[in-house]
Amino acid sequence: MEAYQETNFFATLFIIFISAGLTNNILLARFLGMCSCLGVSKKVDTSVGLGAAVTFVTATTAALNYLVYYYILVPLGLEFLKLITFIVVIAAFTQFIEMVIERYSIKLYNSLGIFLPLITVNCAILGISLFMLNKPYGFWESFAYGLGGGFGWFLAIALIGGIREKINEKFLPEGLAGPGITLIIIGIMSLAFVGFSGMIKI
Amino acid sequence: MADTPKQIFIKGIWKDNPVFRQVLGICSSLAVTNLLTNTLFMAFGVMFVTAFSNFTVSLLRDHIPARIRMIVQVLIIASYVMIVDILIKAVNPDIHRFIGPYVGLIITNCIIMGRAEAFASQNTPWLSFLDGLAMGIGYSLVLIVIALVREPMGFGTLLGFPLPGREIWWHQWTIMVMAPGAFFMLAIVTWISRKIQLNLEKGGK
Repeated sequence: MEAYQETNFFATLFIIFISAGLTNNILLARFLGMCSCLGVSKKVDTSVGLGAAVTFVTATTAALNYLVYYYILVPLGLEFLKLITFIVVIAAFTQFIEMVIERYSIKLYNSLGIFLPLITVNCAILGISLFMLNKPYGFWESFAYGLGGGFGWFLAIALIGGIREKINEKFLPEGLAGPGITLIIIGIMSLAFVGFSGMIKI
Repeated sequence: MADTPKQIFIKGIWKDNPVFRQVLGICSSLAVTNLLTNTLFMAFGVMFVTAFSNFTVSLLRDHIPARIRMIVQVLIIASYVMIVDILIKAVNPDIHRFIGPYVGLIITNCIIMGRAEAFASQNTPWLSFLDGLAMGIGYSLVLIVIALVREPMGFGTLLGFPLPGREIWWHQWTIMVMAPGAFFMLAIVTWISRKIQLNLEKGGK
């Protein structure tokens, strides 16, 4: 009986992960993280680097913010401070990660370093933490939701980076090059991701 | 550097328009442009926050140590966003339920950080306030244009009122209220405005 419940628990986590990553893709369905996406997605490797960093930070801060919200803010009746608290948690965490990476792995720091300031102002991360509060999730569910959301962002930006590498901007009509064509690509991808909706209900 | 108020407004609304010239801050706001009412509330929020956070950052610009200025700016912005959030909740709880998370996301809206960093940390409070206001207006105008297309096409309404005689001629474009419609609309707006700007530059030569 216990084993059955355990698989059930992991199945729930997996469903949350998939639904946050595919059916409610944070970039393509919720529009979050657009700025850094448009700026960075010119090449696949930089997209993958930033995507990986964002996935990591999103998952961890979703879990951290869950703890902070339910164990500090709610008992004290300070729910209205959630915006400022969440952004401080995210900024402090990013700063902390930067220091740790700088201390222990110069190589990783050099490849990831330029992205770290971008992460603080990436709305996807704050967005995941805020959307999480609208759902009746426990600690592990929140973590899975953060991981799935981050993974969805990673998937989207890597795909966009791949498409943008192949585009020859010389053949585009005047004025469409750059952000214009990228937005159209994102629109078409978003159409494709609409196909996932209704697959899972959470 | 020494821009007059008029130049600041021209820059904010057209020449350096945050959305289609600098491509900043589209994150938190595409989602609200499927209904004009939501858009107006969001536009008000962004305008308020850019103007006042620019003003405050500029007032404190000589007192903030350079190393921690990012986090100080974020805190200043977050406090104003909280005010807006509570205001909207008080004025119209129904709308707040829908756009609430996106109001919170004004904090990470890159325009506000960008202006605080690029303009307010070097200029006087009054000019920074105007700059923030102009950027907010430029941003709002684009959002309103997008919403003006999306709401009638997607829902057949404007500001929540049905269009006149819509049973006869109107056909619903569901795609316009969903995510892809927003991306396509923004792409079109960006394209047209860049084209106009390019033609203007050519004509000037």
